[in-house]
Amino acid sequence: MDYNKVLSDKVKSIKPSGIRKFFDIASEMDNVISLGVGEPDFKTPYSIRQEAIETLSKGRTKYSANAGLLELREEIARFLDRKYNIKYDAKKGILVTVGGSEAIDLAIRALVNIGDEVLIPEPSFVCYTPMVELAHGVPVPIRTKEENHFRLTKQELLESITDKTKAIILPYPNNPTGGIMKKEHLEEIAEVLREKDIIVISDEIYSELTYGQKHVSIASIDGMWERTIVINGFSKAYSMTGWRLGFCAGPIELISQMTKIHQFAIMCAPTTSQYAAVEALRNCDESINAMVAEYDVRRRLVVDSFNKLGLHCFEPEGAFYVFPSIKSTGMTSEEFCEKLLYSQRVAVVPGNAFGDSGEGFIRVSYSYSVKHLLEALRRIEIFIKENEK
Amino acid sequence: MDKLLSLLEENSRLTNAQLATMLNTTEDAVAKQIQEYEQAGIIKGFTAIIDREKIDKEYVVAIIELSVTPKQNYGFEEIAKTVAEYEEVESVYLMSGTYDLAVIVNGKTFKDIALFVAKRLSTLESVVSTATHFLLSKYKEKGFIIAGDEEDERRVIS
Repeated sequence: MDYNKVLSDKVKSIKPSGIRKFFDIASEMDNVISLGVGEPDFKTPYSIRQEAIETLSKGRTKYSANAGLLELREEIARFLDRKYNIKYDAKKGILVTVGGSEAIDLAIRALVNIGDEVLIPEPSFVCYTPMVELAHGVPVPIRTKEENHFRLTKQELLESITDKTKAIILPYPNNPTGGIMKKEHLEEIAEVLREKDIIVISDEIYSELTYGQKHVSIASIDGMWERTIVINGFSKAYSMTGWRLGFCAGPIELISQMTKIHQFAIMCAPTTSQYAAVEALRNCDESINAMVAEYDVRRRLVVDSFNKLGLHCFEPEGAFYVFPSIKSTGMTSEEFCEKLLYSQRVAVVPGNAFGDSGEGFIRVSYSYSVKHLLEALRRIEIFIKENEK
Repeated sequence: MDKLLSLLEENSRLTNAQLATMLNTTEDAVAKQIQEYEQAGIIKGFTAIIDREKIDKEYVVAIIELSVTPKQNYGFEEIAKTVAEYEEVESVYLMSGTYDLAVIVNGKTFKDIALFVAKRLSTLESVVSTATHFLLSKYKEKGFIIAGDEEDERRVIS
């Protein structure tokens, strides 16, 4: 059987993730101390786990409604209102998905016709480009700049819009840079988009992890609600990555079509996770606050350490990553990461895995204990000093 | 609790510079605060948490419940201080409930501890009765997991 002949040309053309490549090398080695993860180190708060156990013991393990338990959607509507001041109809404006990733995929598939362009500010998470390609759309990267803390600017947006632009991904707070878009920055973007039929797919999965200020959703800016699909979920805020639970909220006309794809492809998100998520939204604000306070302490330590090592690092205000520049070492991102891994057994992710504009940077996760971070930083210091010689 | 205290409780070897960075303050402010905590007796000392079982094969810990008759005018204080004097005694706590003092004792063997209780503690004038419980396994101490560190199950890179 010639499998190459039976596989779709589209799927074969998709490049494997740059994160994956590095994972394969690092996972083969012993004694690696990693700063490479994209998930929280905290356990899911106890009461959430307990709630799941309880519903399992009671045998509440059936399918839920396609869009998710109504009880959960009502809690999500309250959450979005009280946290970000955006209002959605729990019955028709919210869809519960298998992680934020499914919601992104649904949004892209619901919007994109063959040849439609989707703007993707980079560096950003690795899933957007392949998802647009799979939907036969054309991903259009926008290179954001370090001097702007990797925010999307009005000018960059204007330069990228064409007649074919269908949608734009807005990935803030950002993985891998930790950059955020404040209200005034979103206003600038909104100014451009308000007059156009372009949908914003706003990936706000890190919205609860901001430092020094509250997250602002672009859907809360005047005239943007009707052209925005808000993507969020439980993985980062509640440390629930393995539960695979996310959601999206938006105008009924969009959400209903996304629900159609979801009902055929997925049926419904895992019911156990949905019950657990109800508990998360009702009773776990305190847990989020405690986790954010802990991340903040680590963030300061890591940013300061890289700057002291001469690897310039702007102050990230969201997520749990720092994105130092390694240009002063004269190495490319991949060279730096490989050498660091082989000589000091520290794993970080090359910035170019998140788009070409990430070249010259590395992504460092601080989702680790202070003790772990200090050991990794100690090794990185040795590595930098050895390479200065 | 104050964030400075919780950071130190977790790792007392953090330098003042590191603490200052993490808490967004100055080194001087950290030094001053630590000194104040020491003077106020809030920070009693800086110590290491040692898994004794890894270095001493012969090492036994027991928790001893003491019922005592409190002395007039002195209450439990006199007897508690007397018990605390012994080198074998690691901690002494006054308890509510069915007994009065909880005493944590270290020794080399079970017999050592049994003899210590029989000869030193039960013979004290105000001690009415004792109950000795030997520690079999330590799982967590001062917030640290002792028995079998929990593994990081996350993928190295994701």
